[in-house]
Amino acid sequence: MSAPVIETHALCRRFGEVTAVDSLTLTVDAGETFGLLGRNGAGKSTVIKMLTTLLPPSAGQASVCGFDVVRESARVRQMIGYVPQALSADGDLTGYENLLVFAQLYDIPRAERAERIGRALAFMGLQDAAQRLVKTYSGGMIRRLEIAQSTLHRPRVLFLDEPTVGLDPVARQSVWEQVERLQSRFNAAILLTTHYLEEAEHLCQRVAIMSRGRVAAIGAPAALRAAIGPNASFEDVFEHYTSDEAPLAGAYDEVSQTRRTSRRLG
Amino acid sequence: MKSPRPAEPVGASADATQAAAGGPRRPKLAAFVAKTFAIGAMEVRKLRHDPTELATRAIQPALWLLVFGQVMSRGRVIDTGGAPYLDFLTPGILAQSVLFIAIFNGISVIWERDLGIVHKLLASPTPRSALVLGKSLGAGVRALVQAAVVMLLALAIGVHLRIDPLSVAGVAFFVVLGAAVFSTFSLIIACIVKTRERFMGVGQVLTMPLFFASNAIYPTSLMPRALQIVSEANPLTYQVDALRRLLLPGFASVTGPDFALDAGVLAAALVVLVAVCARLYPDLAR
Repeated sequence: MSAPVIETHALCRRFGEVTAVDSLTLTVDAGETFGLLGRNGAGKSTVIKMLTTLLPPSAGQASVCGFDVVRESARVRQMIGYVPQALSADGDLTGYENLLVFAQLYDIPRAERAERIGRALAFMGLQDAAQRLVKTYSGGMIRRLEIAQSTLHRPRVLFLDEPTVGLDPVARQSVWEQVERLQSRFNAAILLTTHYLEEAEHLCQRVAIMSRGRVAAIGAPAALRAAIGPNASFEDVFEHYTSDEAPLAGAYDEVSQTRRTSRRLG
Repeated sequence: MKSPRPAEPVGASADATQAAAGGPRRPKLAAFVAKTFAIGAMEVRKLRHDPTELATRAIQPALWLLVFGQVMSRGRVIDTGGAPYLDFLTPGILAQSVLFIAIFNGISVIWERDLGIVHKLLASPTPRSALVLGKSLGAGVRALVQAAVVMLLALAIGVHLRIDPLSVAGVAFFVVLGAAVFSTFSLIIACIVKTRERFMGVGQVLTMPLFFASNAIYPTSLMPRALQIVSEANPLTYQVDALRRLLLPGFASVTGPDFALDAGVLAAALVVLVAVCARLYPDLAR
C-alpha cells in the first residue's frame, strides 16, 4: 500500500509576526513511519496540531486520509490517533477507565469494548496494572497506556509528539518496541516528532528535518547520510541542516513543556 | 462556515459519529448524549477514587449555617415574611455551596490543558458541546453530594424542611441544573484566561457578587433598586427561589408560572452558556 494518507500543500501557520510553519509540502504513505525532526521551535508540534485539527492553518492545505483538516475536521478526527507530548492519561483514573472513556468517545460498540480494552492492555503489557490509578504508573507505563488509548479505534494515522521524551533508556526501548509492533500489525501510518536522532534513524522509514518552519531535508535516514558524505553520521546530517539557526521564537514554550513532561515522568 | 476555526457549531458533530475507524453509525443525537455521559461518568469516577474533597468542601456551608445563620436568626434583623431565618437561609446556603463547587470547575480544565488531556479529547470525534456539557454534569453530581451534606446538616440543627420524594427529586434537579450553569460559566472563563493564576483571580472576583447580588441570604425586597435588577439577571436567584419553593413549607407554591420561570431561566442559561463554551473550547489547545 502506498497511497498517501497525509498530504500537505504549502501549509503555513503564523502566530502574529512569527511564521512557525512556512509552506510545508509533504506526503506520508500508508504504513510508513515518518519522523519530523528539528530544533526547539522549528515548527514540529505546530505541524502536528494542524494535522490533528487542533489548530487551523493560516494558509495552504492539508488532508488526512483524503479529508481536509479544516472543512472535514470531524472526519479527520475519526481517522487519527494522537498522543500529545504532555502526559495525557488521567492520573486520577485507573488504566482501564482511561481506556473505557476513549472507547466510548471513539464509538466502539458497547459489545466490543471490554474485549478491545482487554486486548489493548495485554498488547501493551499493562493487564496487571489495569485497576490501579494511573498516578501510580511508571513513565514508560503511562506512555504505553496513552498509545493504547489512541489506537483502540485502530486509526489509519497515529500522531506521536515526542513519545519518549523524559523516559529512561529501558522505558524508551519498550515504547519503540510497541510502536514497531503496532505498525506491523495494523499498517497504520505513524508520524512522530523526536529530538533523539537514533530514535528517528531506528524507527522511521523517512524523516523531514525542519528548520525555521521549513523542510530543510527530506528522505530516508541512510540516503540523507550518504548525501552529506561517505562516513557521515545522522548527527552530522542534523547539524548540517539546522546549525545556522538563530534562537527561535516559540522555543521557550517548547522547552518548558518538555521539562514539565520530563519532571512528571521522572 | 465562514469561520476558519475547526470547531463545529453546537451539536453538529457532522458525521463525527459514523464510525469509519470505530463502530457502526449512530444517530447524531444518540451519540451526543452517549458521549456527554461518557465525559460526565469520567468526572464521577474521579470523585469516587478520591472523595476527600467532598468533606473539606462541606466546612464552608456548615459555617454559614451554624455561625452566620444562628447569629442572624437571633437578631431577627431580616424580614423573611414570617419564616424563621434559618429556614429561609438553608436553601440559599444550599445554592451557595453548589455555586462555590461549580465556579472552580474551570480550574480542572486548565489543569487538563497543561497535561494534554484536553488536546487528546479535542482530537477525538467528540462534539465540543458534549465535552462541555459532560464536564458540567460531572460538576452537577459533585454538587449533589454536597447538597445532601448541607441538607442533613440543616435537619440536624432543626431547620424545618419539607422532605418527601417529590421535593427531594426537585431539589436534585435544581442542584444539578444550577451546578451545570455555573460550571459552564466557569469553563468559559477558563477558556479565556487559560492560566491557573488568572483564573483564581477572576473566580474570586465573580463569586462574591454572584452570591450577594442574589436572594440567597436576604430577600431581594430589601435591596436597592439597582441591585434588584442585577439580582433578577442572576441565575442564582432563580435557583434559590426554586429551592425555597421546594423545601420550605408555606413559602410559596411549586405549581404556577413562577416555578416554571425558575426552571426556564436556568435551562435557557445553560443552553446559551454551553453554546458559547463549545465555541471557545478549541482555544484551549492552541
